[in-house]
Parts: sequence; C-alpha cells; structure tokens
Amino acid sequence: MRWNELGKFLIISLAIIGGFCVYISPLSNSIKQGLDLQGGTHVVLQAVDTPELKVDDDAVNRSVKIIERRVNELGLTEPVIQRQGKDRIIVELPGVKDPDKAIAMLGRTALLEFKDVSGKTVLTGKDLKDAKAQISQGNQSVVGLEFSDEGGKKLADLTARNIGKPIAIVLDGEVLTNPVVQEAITGGRAQISGSRTMEEAEHLAILLRSGSLPVKIEVMENRTVGPTLGQDSKEKSIKAFGIGVIGVFVFMILFYRLSGIVACIALLLYVMMLLLVMRYLNATLTLPGIAGIILSIGMAVDANVLIFERFKEEIRNGKTLRSAMDAGFNRAFVTIFDSNVTTLMAAVILFYLGTGPIKGFAVTLAIGVILSMFSAITVTKFLLRFLISSNFTKNPAFFGVSAPKEVNK
Amino acid sequence: MFSIVKNYKIFFSITIIFLLIGFGSIVTRGFNLGIDFTGGSIVDLTFENPVNVAQVRDVLKEHDMGNSIIQLENSDGKTEANSVLIRTGVVEDTELRATMNDLQSKLGNYQIQRVEQVGATIGSELVQQAAMAIVLSWVLMIAYITFRFEFKFAIAAIIALIIDVLVVLSYFSLFQMEMDSSFVAALLTVVGYSVNGTIVIFDRIRENLKIHRRSESLGEMVDNSIWQCMTRTIYTVATSLFAIVSIFLFGGETIHNFSFAMLVGFASGAYTSIFLAGPMWMFLKNKKIGI
Repeated sequence: MRWNELGKFLIISLAIIGGFCVYISPLSNSIKQGLDLQGGTHVVLQAVDTPELKVDDDAVNRSVKIIERRVNELGLTEPVIQRQGKDRIIVELPGVKDPDKAIAMLGRTALLEFKDVSGKTVLTGKDLKDAKAQISQGNQSVVGLEFSDEGGKKLADLTARNIGKPIAIVLDGEVLTNPVVQEAITGGRAQISGSRTMEEAEHLAILLRSGSLPVKIEVMENRTVGPTLGQDSKEKSIKAFGIGVIGVFVFMILFYRLSGIVACIALLLYVMMLLLVMRYLNATLTLPGIAGIILSIGMAVDANVLIFERFKEEIRNGKTLRSAMDAGFNRAFVTIFDSNVTTLMAAVILFYLGTGPIKGFAVTLAIGVILSMFSAITVTKFLLRFLISSNFTKNPAFFGVSAPKEVNK
Repeated sequence: MFSIVKNYKIFFSITIIFLLIGFGSIVTRGFNLGIDFTGGSIVDLTFENPVNVAQVRDVLKEHDMGNSIIQLENSDGKTEANSVLIRTGVVEDTELRATMNDLQSKLGNYQIQRVEQVGATIGSELVQQAAMAIVLSWVLMIAYITFRFEFKFAIAAIIALIIDVLVVLSYFSLFQMEMDSSFVAALLTVVGYSVNGTIVIFDRIRENLKIHRRSESLGEMVDNSIWQCMTRTIYTVATSLFAIVSIFLFGGETIHNFSFAMLVGFASGAYTSIFLAGPMWMFLKNKKIGI
C-alpha cells in the first residue's frame, strides 16, 4: 500500500465532492434562467388609431414583426411575442433586471427624419440600410448610419444644397441633433451624435435597424410573471431530474464499483465546470438548454462506460490493472473522440444557423461535449491512476470485472 | 451467438412497416401542434383568494387542458398569487366558459381582466430555419465521418439517425401527442444520441477491419463488432433511459411530451445502432448483405 498515492486520490476526490456540496446551489442560482424556467416581464401593447393612421390587420401584423426584431436584437433569450385579439400584442421578456428601458423601446414608433432648414423632410428611416452604435473620434457614443443607394443620393443632394446651414435629425418629432453641414456627404454614411451612453446609442441603433412602426403603439400594462413551464411543473421536474441522475450514479457504482465511484466524482466536477462556463459566458438556461445538458451527461457516462468496458476486456486478456487501465483509456479514446467531435460539429452548425430554442440547445451541448470529454477522460484517468498505483487493491472485482483470470502479481 | 447480419431482413422489415404506418398517419392525420404553433386563448383572472399553479392546473386538467401555460403574477419566491395568466390551446367557447365556471366553483370568485384570442409564438419561418440548420449539420457530420471513416459509414449513420427522427415524428402523429417548441430540442437530442451510438459500433468495425482475417467473412466481422459493443450499448441505453424515464414519470405536466419524444428517440436510436447501422453499411459496401 502506498499511502502517498491513496492520499492524493482521497484529497482530490473529497475536494471535488466537498466543492460540489458547497458550491452547487449558489452556482446554479447564479445562472440566468429563461422565461420558461424563471419567468419574466409580461407586457401588453395596444395599437391605437391616430387621425392620420388607422389600425388595421396588416399594420398589427407588421408591428408584431418589427417588435419581434427589436426584442431579438436586445439579445434576450427566447422571448415570447404574440398577437392578442384584434389590436394588441403580448411581449414576454425573460428576467430583465431593469425592464422599463426595454419596454419603453418596444412601443417607440422610431420614425427617423432628416429635415432641411425649411422643415421639409428629405430622408426617412426607410432609406437606411444599417445602423450601428459606435464610439466616435471624440470618444462619444454615436450611431453610425449607412444609407441605401437611393438614400445615399438623397443625402448627398441634401448636404450639397445646405452647406453652411443646419439640418435636423428627428426621431418621432423630437430633434436628436442639429448639425451644421460642413461639406457634401457623398459616401452614403452619416452619424447621429447626442447619445449619452453606449447603451442609449445601442438602443437607438436597434430602433433604427428594426424600422418604424406603421401605427401608434401604447404600453397598456406590464407585470412580472412566473415561469411559462409552470412553477408546479418546474419543481416536479427538478426532482425528477435529480432522481434520474442518482439512478445513473447508482448504476455506475453497482456495475463498475471503484471505477464507477471515480466516474461519478468526475461527473460532479463536470456539472460544476459546465455551470461555471455558462455563468462566465453569461448564457441563459432554458429547457432546450437542459436537453443539451442531458445529452452531454449521457455522452459523459457513455465515455466512461466505453473506457471501463475496454478496461475489463484488457483484464480478461490477462493484463495487470495498471496496464489494462492504460490500454483501456487509449483504445476507447479514439471512439469517444470521433463520436464527440461529430456531435460537436452538429452543435456548432446549430449554434450559428439556429435561433431561439435551437441555439439554446446548441450552446449547452457544445460546452457540455467539450467539458465532458475532459472530465470523463482526463479527470477519471488521473484519479484512477492514483488509486491503482496506491496498490489499494489488486483485485479486479473491485473494478467490476466479474470473472477475472489470475492476475500477475 | 445470434447473427444480426443474417437476420437483417427481419430488422429492416420492422422498421419499414413501422415507418409506413407512421407515414400514413402523418399524411392522413398530420400532427397535433401545440399552443406555440397554433395560438389559442388567453385568460387573465384576479382571484379573491390567492391560488397556486397546481390548483389551477388540476381544474384545467379535468377539461383536457392540463398542458396550458399557467403563470402567476410575480411568483418570484412566492408560490401563491391572486393574479393568474392562463394560455390554453384552441378550444371551443363553450368549453372555455365551462372551465372558467369550474375555476370559480373550485377556487373561489375572480374578476376577469381579459379573455382573448392569441396568435402563435412560433412561425413557419422558425421551423424552416430549424430544418435548414439541422440538414446542414447532417452534411457536416457526413463530411467528418467520411474523413475519419469512409463515405459509406457516413451514409449509413445519417440514414440511421433520419430513421430515428422519423420514428419520433411517427409516434407523435400516431398518438396525436402535442408538439411544442421544446419538441425541436428533444428531436435534436435524439439526433445527437443516435449518432453517438452508431459511431461507437462503426468504430469497432473500423478497428476489426484492420485485424480482419480472410477466413472470417465480412458479415461475421460486423456481427462480432456489434456483439463486442453490446454490453456498452445496453449499459449506456439503460443509464440514459433511467434519466429520461424518471423525467417522464415524475416530471411536470408541461414537459411530458418533451421527455416522451426523447424516450422514443433514445429507444429507436439504440435499435438503429444495433440492428440497422451495421447491416446497412454492409449493404452499401457490397450491394448485398449476408455471410
């Protein structure tokens, strides 16, 4: 018996188990959760008639699309945008800390106009191709505008005719800025200054990119609501998930004994790492994300099963514990690598091309696959090596090999 | 040892018959699309006495609306509230009224804030986009498997996972189970799981190909490879089914269909990996199967 090695094994194992017990709850609570798991803000918007613009079906449908674009550009994960009745729109935003700013944005008409001195509108938001928040040379937050070809011509025309005179950039009737034209702008690009913060500039850019609403929209109400999955369902499902995971642990330990225990410890570490990375990336967890986690846990367990089955094969072929372990890891590695990389590639494509639930799934799956390969291969190997070289036992039965041949002593 | 390769006709037939039935159902009956796809009604009530989600759901369950979206106002931390937001699927007016009466008789008086129709939250655009993304991910998988194994392995693996997807779709059409937005995620999980299982078996075939003796036929070699992986396959399937069955049995109403889709898909994934993938590869390689 080599106490030194056994000590290392025990210290690392206990550190992982201890760390898991202490940190799992604060760590999982610190992860942002989506509308389905945590709830968020429920906003009802109403399209209202104005003397100039009457509400009709088409206008409401177009408004839904524009508001959808605004919400998506805010970077919120899996919001709900839904038409209600004849002239209302429901928007549900996942756990936004300060929802007022976001809500104020939803109902903005966002009609951009460029006016000359006489007050005549020459350009509107329709002439825009793109709008982006930028930092100007004077270190100010500005919105950079890029016009369409036609819009660029109009801008060139407007500026050429008004050199030395002020023009007004107006949003919803409110003058944003009043620059004096220095020279004709021919490149089809312009800037709007006057944003106090970068966030303000970003919001303005989103409004301009998503286009102006065809009708006037008012915020009727907003309130905080619980998870769409249902508080009852959520609680039950957490318990069910726990039971499932414990089932997997019991299975691993029953069938693989010491190796199984090591695999479970590695799995605990994996879950903690996954949560840490999600937190670091500021990712939002939703039900599809949990599906990705379930799959990656499944693959981590599978990786260990593959390794341990090879390990058992090698022992049956008469190898010592130590060389059987090395051979088991080496031979299973190729299998695990190929199956994980295939999955990982699919996840990457889904991340880049998918939206909403597909993206949520792809994020946790991709992170999960990478981390689970590390935990199931490297961490398990590391721990098992300490355990085996401690000469704690030479009996393969402790590693779940049922019918061992005589092992060379 | 039972030969999977020799009995391939049985396994292929089972799959083909099932898929034909499923296909017939999809064509004639279509799918039962959930609230996310169809929209329905929104009912906004303020109760005199606080209620919790489970109470409301119990009443709705009696009217076959157990999987409605039920949200309490400001339920952060609190499990009870006066104000309840219920979103049901498309229901008859009379049924909705009966349900609301039932809510009153069981949970007490309430004020109606609004009862209105609501539209879908998932458009056909999202579904198309999802389909595109999934198909492209398959193309990349084919490329990778071709690079690491060979083209015929890649094709066999992708056919196996397409079968799994079709099996899940067939089940949902046959039993008219509701499909919601999380269904897509469940389907993606099935795809990932299925490929994993198939690759493990192909990896064994690849390894055995190198030490393949002339005295051993290709069919025997494939059979041996499948059987060498059998313990692993059974253990892995068993552990993942543990987790999924637990979520299916003990999880909440609203994720029932989500876990069911995975349950069917994982089972099918195991079946296609064990019984179909190997023989399919042989068929592609030799244009004939057999020992």
